Amino acid sequence: MALLQISEPGESSAPHEHRLAAGIDLGTTNSLVATVRSGVAETLPDQSGKFLLPSVVRFAAGDSTVVGSDAKAAAAEDPVNTVLSAKRLMGRGLEEVKARFPKLPYEFDNDCEVVPRIKTVAGPVSAIEVSAEILKSLRQRAEDTLGGELSGVVVTVPAYFDDAQRQATKDAAKIAGLKVLRLLNEPTAAAVAYGLDQRAEGTVAIFDLGGGTFDVSILHLKQGVFEVRSTAGDTSLGGDDFDQLVADWIVEQAGFDEDRSIRYHRQLMNIACSAKEALTETQQTEIDLQFDDGSRWQGHLGRDEFNRIVQPLVKKALLPCRRALRDAGLEANDIDEVVMVGGSTRVPLVRESVGEFFGREPLVHIDPDKVVAVGAALQADVLVGNKSSDEMLLLDVIPLSLGLETMGGLVEKIIPRNTTIPVARAQDFTTFKDGQTAMSLHVLQGERELVQDCRSLARFTLREIPPMVAGAARIRVTFQVDADGLLSVTAREETAGVESGIEVKPSYGLTDSEIEQMLLDSLSHVEDDVAARSLREEQVEAQRVIEALDAALAQDGNALLSAEERAAIDSASAVLHDAMTGSDHRAIKRAISALDKASSEFAARRMDSSIKRALAGHKVEDFS
Amino acid sequence: MAISLTDTAAERVQAFLANRGAGEGLRLGVRTTGCSGMAYVLEFADTVEPEDHVFESKGVRIIVDPKSMVYMDGTELDYGKEGLNEGFKFNNPNVKDTCGCGESFTV
Repeated sequence: MALLQISEPGESSAPHEHRLAAGIDLGTTNSLVATVRSGVAETLPDQSGKFLLPSVVRFAAGDSTVVGSDAKAAAAEDPVNTVLSAKRLMGRGLEEVKARFPKLPYEFDNDCEVVPRIKTVAGPVSAIEVSAEILKSLRQRAEDTLGGELSGVVVTVPAYFDDAQRQATKDAAKIAGLKVLRLLNEPTAAAVAYGLDQRAEGTVAIFDLGGGTFDVSILHLKQGVFEVRSTAGDTSLGGDDFDQLVADWIVEQAGFDEDRSIRYHRQLMNIACSAKEALTETQQTEIDLQFDDGSRWQGHLGRDEFNRIVQPLVKKALLPCRRALRDAGLEANDIDEVVMVGGSTRVPLVRESVGEFFGREPLVHIDPDKVVAVGAALQADVLVGNKSSDEMLLLDVIPLSLGLETMGGLVEKIIPRNTTIPVARAQDFTTFKDGQTAMSLHVLQGERELVQDCRSLARFTLREIPPMVAGAARIRVTFQVDADGLLSVTAREETAGVESGIEVKPSYGLTDSEIEQMLLDSLSHVEDDVAARSLREEQVEAQRVIEALDAALAQDGNALLSAEERAAIDSASAVLHDAMTGSDHRAIKRAISALDKASSEFAARRMDSSIKRALAGHKVEDFS
Repeated sequence: MAISLTDTAAERVQAFLANRGAGEGLRLGVRTTGCSGMAYVLEFADTVEPEDHVFESKGVRIIVDPKSMVYMDGTELDYGKEGLNEGFKFNNPNVKDTCGCGESFTV
């Protein structure tokens, strides 16, 4: 006899039509799976009762791939075939991986630059395949627990994940045989777990301090719609840094020399971590270090001292909080709830400081390690159709502006950063030259004004534009970002109906720190960027003026101008040529108006002569 | 006759109801569907109809509509584990046969 779960009133499913859904938190260090049963969202344990699945995969000869704790245990003895933290490699190119993680023990296959493959005894594997193994293991666990096949899953990703990284995550789920109902941003999932979406209206801050990264997000709920207003963070701040500071303190207290602290680094970090964990519950903890060379050091660490040690890190975490508030255009007292995510938020000083910063007690009653998976499970339950009423619609935002390259190497932003997705925006462009029949489109991501400072996402060409004078063609470019944050761009010439488009596929991913850096740069370069934009705009204008003048001179210069007049125009033109190569946009502007003035008589004569030409041979009556 | 819960089932139902924070009790029933003709209904109840049978078992209100009652009288609802899977089980004395998967039955 099958085992049944309690449904919502009127929602009992017919036999064999149970729609099983799960939420998956695919983490860098650990992964979790959760589901909703009898109205309760809970994470699912494995056979031995463990909830966290270490995100580690060991590849062995034949088909015996091992995932989780056993793989993690083998990492030291078989580092080459055991892949840890594959999430950090998702959606990244080979060069980037090598530059960012120079110490990885893996040997990479040099055949494919775009999707790096790690050489293992089981053949080359990509980060996508490694993630797929983790997802397969979680899928198996969920299906064993629920007694049926999963209809769909919601997988969470960091809010900062770019297109390539999101696509890579989707691909991994596909390989694992899972249907992805939606990729959900981790902070959004945490807010859903606390049922904050059930309120009429409110603003929520999600403070996510994990093992190695920190993210803060401001979400706004209005009329049942959840929207991510801003995200900020620090990609190199987490529990490991707390451990490092405590380890440094031990080294200092014990008077260890450098050799010893390097040799016993792992052991020091472990004991520092245990001390940190103990101090979440107690006021004081004993530290007892016994080394394999027979020496021993004992000491104790009190919570006040611990707080003093980690204070700089807590302060560091509050900076992105301020930035997130500023991006959202809010003050700390506009925040209605604060949600804590990630194991490091168990540190009492973190809770206190965050509470003080936002002026309210943070929500902590759901296990901060599980809260993201729980929220994903609730969302999966709605999306798979187990809750028909009051469908919860979640909206996320794009982390960086999306735009197009225009003349002069400038970026025209089509969808500004923090726009909620899904979204479609169109803008009309035109041709720059007479008879132009093709247009090259360059899709960019970033906040800066110049192409060279933004990230190139894709290029494509719209061809077969009918030849027209410059400015007559009407080319509508549409940017569309779907609910998972994936971009497609189409360009269409309206008069002829020719169309071309591109989907942004995984190429070289952008690291979190690069996104962060790009955001920071855009703020610190605001003035430079404005000046640079003005310069490029004047340069483009100067180019246009010179081209038009040269064409006119070639046609009528000799007929309409005396040698003296011609020389005056030529010298003004030369001044503009010079100014164009400089970097003073005001000088270019002045030179343009000087040339304009010098050539105004010429322009007037051309006008007259063309009218004369037009009138020649006609009588006045012809025009009346 | 009546409908009853085992201790484990009562405990679980109370926990689920408390978590849900609303509801009159647990609605049990059958409907005609599935490969062997009938299937169980197991839902939270937000309303009680005047014609419904209402039982109290180990602190849980059980609500059954009169049509279902014919097929369910004497049923005991149990909660059990099978490997990793856990859930509710109907021990229904009226059942003659179930389909292979056990999700539907005939009386």
